[in-house]
Formats: sequence, C-alpha cells, structure tokens
Amino acid sequence: MFDVLPPALVMVLGAALIGLARGHWRTLLVLGTPLVALWAVWQIPDGVVSTVVFLDYPIEPIEGSPLRRLFATIFALMAFGGGLYAFRQAKWYELSAAYIYAAGAIGVSFAGDLITFFLYWELMALFSTVVVWCGGTPGARAAGVRYAIMHLLGGVILKVGIEGVVIHTGSIDVQPMLATNFDTWMILIGILINAAAPPVSAWLSDAYPESSPTGSVFLSAFTTKTAVLALILLFPGEPVLVGVGLFMVMYGIIYALLENDARRILAYSIVNQVGFMVCAIGIGTQMALNGAAAHAFAHILYKALLFMSAGAVIYRTGFSKCTDLGGLFRTMPLTAVCGIIGALAISGFPLTSGFTTKTMISQAAADENLVFVYFMLAAASAGVFLHAGIKFPWFVFFQKDSGLRPKDAPWNMAAAMVLLSALCILLGVFPDLLYKYLPYPVEYVPYTAGKVLFYLQLLLFSGLAFFLLLPLMKRTLTISLDADWIWRVLLLRTARALYFGGAALGTALQDRVGSALGALRTRAETHFSTRTGTRAGVFARAWSIGSTALWIAVLLTAYVLVYVL
Amino acid sequence: MNDNRQDNHWLTRPETIRKLWWGFAVVLALTTGAQLFIYVKGYFGVDGWFGFGAAFGFLSCLAMVLFAKGLGFFLKRDEGYYAGGDDDV
Repeated sequence: MFDVLPPALVMVLGAALIGLARGHWRTLLVLGTPLVALWAVWQIPDGVVSTVVFLDYPIEPIEGSPLRRLFATIFALMAFGGGLYAFRQAKWYELSAAYIYAAGAIGVSFAGDLITFFLYWELMALFSTVVVWCGGTPGARAAGVRYAIMHLLGGVILKVGIEGVVIHTGSIDVQPMLATNFDTWMILIGILINAAAPPVSAWLSDAYPESSPTGSVFLSAFTTKTAVLALILLFPGEPVLVGVGLFMVMYGIIYALLENDARRILAYSIVNQVGFMVCAIGIGTQMALNGAAAHAFAHILYKALLFMSAGAVIYRTGFSKCTDLGGLFRTMPLTAVCGIIGALAISGFPLTSGFTTKTMISQAAADENLVFVYFMLAAASAGVFLHAGIKFPWFVFFQKDSGLRPKDAPWNMAAAMVLLSALCILLGVFPDLLYKYLPYPVEYVPYTAGKVLFYLQLLLFSGLAFFLLLPLMKRTLTISLDADWIWRVLLLRTARALYFGGAALGTALQDRVGSALGALRTRAETHFSTRTGTRAGVFARAWSIGSTALWIAVLLTAYVLVYVL
Repeated sequence: MNDNRQDNHWLTRPETIRKLWWGFAVVLALTTGAQLFIYVKGYFGVDGWFGFGAAFGFLSCLAMVLFAKGLGFFLKRDEGYYAGGDDDV
C-alpha cells in the first residue's frame, strides 16, 4: 500500500511498543523511534506518494514538499528532544501519548487530502488531552476536560468546513484557499482554534501549565505549530490573518506581563510567537511564508528549551510561581544558562535562531510597505524581550533569594537542554543551515550591521525599561481573567441561575397547586366523607324519609309558585 | 554548604550590582553611539533616525507595562478564583 515508510506510522508503532517494553529496551524505543521517523521523513519525495480510494475519495496519506518535510523534521526532532528530556522522569503512558501526539503532528504535515488531515488532527487532540491529564492533579484533570472540549469543538467546526468544501468543490485536496464563504470560514476558524487565536487563546495558558514538567515540553511544540503549517498550506495570504496575528502578538505580551506562574508566562508567549507566524502567513509573500516556516522551526526549539528549563525547576523544587522562586542560579547554573539561551533566542537576539527567523517576518512587512504591521512587530519584538527574555529568567533564577537550594537538572534533562541550546545558537550563527530547507528560495541577509544595531538598540533599551519599571512588575498572587471567563463563570452562573430559578419556580408552582388541591380535597371531605368528626358530611349523611319528603314538598311548592308567577 | 554564602554570592553583592549597572550603561551608550558610524536603513524614514531603535524599544515597553498594569486592575483575580467557584469538572 505504501511505497515509503510512513513516519507517522513509525511514531505510532514506537508509542505502542513503549508501553510493552521495559528497562533499556524502553529507553532504546523512546530515543530510537523519533530518529527512525526522522529518517523516514527524509525518504519522502516531493509530490503525492500514494493514493488510496476510500468511499470514492482519492485519499493521499503522504504528500511530500520542502515545507511539509521541514515541519515533519522539527516535529520528529522535537519528539527526540522531548523523549531525551523525559524518559527517566515521565510515566510510560505519558511518553506513549506524547509520541502518538507527535505522530498526529507528523501525519498532518504530510496529509495530501482533507480527510487524512482531519484524522491526524483529531489524533493530536485526543492524545494531547491525555498528556495534559498526565499532570495527575485535580487541576490537570479539570483543565484537560476543558482542553478536550475546546479541541473537539474546534474539530467539529473544522469538519463542517471540510464537508462543505468537499461537497461544493468536489475536491478533497489540501490546497490554498481564501476565507470567502461559509465552508472556508469554518475551516479557518477550526484551524485558528488550534493556533490559540482570539477569542479562545485561553485554552493554551489554561491547559499547558497544568501538565507535568515533562508533558508541557511536548505540548508546547505540536498543536499550535501544526496549525501554523495548516494555515501556510490552506490560507497563505488570507488578509484577516494579519490582524489576528497582531492581536495574538500583543495579547501574549500583556497577559505574560500580568502573570505570576513561570510556565503560564511561557504559555502566553507561545500565543505571542504564533501571532508573529500567523501575521506572516496573512502577509503571504514568499519572504513572509519563508519567515513563518523558519520562525516556527526555530520557535519549537527555543520554546521547548524554555519549557525544559522551567520543567527542571519545577521537577527539582515543586514550585512554579515567580513569588516562590528566585535565586536559583546558585545551584542550578546549567538550567539557568540554558534558560537564558532560550530567552535570548525567543527575544531574537543576534546570534540566536530567533534573530535569523523573526527578522524575516519584519522584512516581509517592510517589503510590502505595511507601516503599521512593521512597527507593531518591532514593538512586539521589544515586548518579547520584556516578558519572556528577561522576565522569565529574572524571576526564576535571580530576583530575590528564595532560600531554595535544589540540585541542578538530572543528566538526561540537562542533555536535552544542552542539545536544544546548541541548536538555537547554531541556527543563529549559521542561518543558511535552515534557510536552504525553506519552501522558497531565500535572498534574505539577516546579518547586516545596520539591522543588528537596530535590534540591539531595541532589545537593550527594552531591558533598561524592564529594570527601571521593576517596581511596577512586582509579582502578585493572582491570575488574570480571559475570554474563557465567559464559559467558565458567566455561562456557568447563567446556567446555574436558570437551573435554580427554574427549580424554585417549579417548587413555588407545585406549592400553589398543591395547596389549592389540598383545599379542594378538604372541602370535598367535609361534604362527602362519612368520617369527618362526629357527623358525616352533608352529602354522605343518611337522611330520614320524613325530612326528605318534607324537602321535596318544599321544592315542589317553590316550583309551582315560580311557574304560576 | 551554600547557606553561609547565600547572602554574599558575588553576583548579589551591592558593589557587583553597581558595576553591572555601569557596564549596562556603557553598553547602552555604545549601541546608541555606534549609529554615528553604522548606517541603519530606515524602511519608512523615521526608523532610520538616530537612536530610533533605542527610543522605540524603551517607549513601547513603557507603554506595554503601563497598559498591562492598567488592565490588571480589571482582570486580576485571586489565584483561587476559579477553584473557589467549584467549576471543577
């Protein structure tokens, strides 16, 4: 059936075997599966590899292209990095679920038709929910249910759109479209839900920080970036995405600034970073799409690195709030250095992968003369340094002395962090390593003296702003309301009010009707019962013949009188 | 073993912090001053001005922090806000 080894299948098989194997065999499977999948990814040639007819639809489970291979490569690499980070600490079922989740992401990357695309999409939704649940706390359970509801709802919306497109166009190909009618809007909304676009961005910062320290590393990589790939494949140049992206960029910064939980800060900054990519896809030029793809690649690495750093801290200390942490650089120097490298990369500091990829998006905006977009992205670049670049390492590793003296990360966690740190710097110093695999030819030169100077000024003065404004950023034991307040509180309260109101109304009605019936019954009993008190009711008495005859005579007399008169 | 050193780790000593601030100030001055010698291409005119990146970075951060602070008055809730509302599924 297949001419090549499907990489998603490799991941699924590996995931299944992880549960069966023990000891070194399991380790071998955890570390080996993503590498075999990576090899399989690079065996896939351009174009549709095989077609299977199912219900008269030509299903194309594997279609290769440079863009698809690029995303599948980073997903497989990330599965390896996550596996290395997690294999000694995570439960086997978390690893299994995470690998099937990764299989879903790789499957979506190569899906040539909308049906395959949808199946892998839902596979991701299901198994990422399991990864959230692996957090093991009541909070994780509740957040997992909310996460699942959101993603299954998104899946339904996506499915409605796919059905519409299939019926109205007759084609199930994954191909570029614009949101011009109901069907395409549904597809776009379904994908944007997975990209954590407004107004449902809150699912991300709600669920990811509730997962285990190892689970959040996997979660940070796949769902949103698969959505980015889907947008590049299906909606390149869709104008609405520019606005959506800019909103996400700013939303992420503002909420991260308000946040106290270290992993939630990172979660908000995923929304921020995906906003850059969504905006680029909306711009839609070759430079912009290259930028979106390159930034997604780089982002997966440094964001996972940041989550690894935070995860190591949580694993060692049990704390995740900035108010509990601080001063950890003393005893966790490696975790701190890796966290700082990730923070510099996400901020787009020169010589890191963030610089060589994010500036492509700004360049695309400048080339298209989008003044507002360009300056918003520049402001956002400064804001990223503010909320993730400095705030995260500062509050976790420096700030005050929390008195905590944990050991540094376990060796496998450390190895994974060093690996990703090295990749972040490698792609920053030798951007061509990534550029040559981008979907379109790259004519972009990231390192010009002027550009480097501009970004250094931008970032260093954001740093100055951070330290001058520190008093304004004192961490508080708070959370920030988001749009999810509408369904977590408002709808819940409305439903509750309706329920209790209805119940009260029902009870009141019942009381009223009951008492009316009761009164009737009492009345009836008085008149008809033979057992009321000492005398029977008036209609139940046995009257004597004499009095009956007398009453009849009276009635007849009355009748005659009335008749005569 | 670190407990007796915890309050005077060299990085946390006031004199180190003072030196770091001075170092930071020098770096800031250098990155701004370097624009005298290095041409920064302005795509929209204004972004090529002297020190534009520095001013823009600083001011946009100021604006974002103040905006977040203002928004915080409306959006911030106690940590137990949702947990207290027994919305646990």
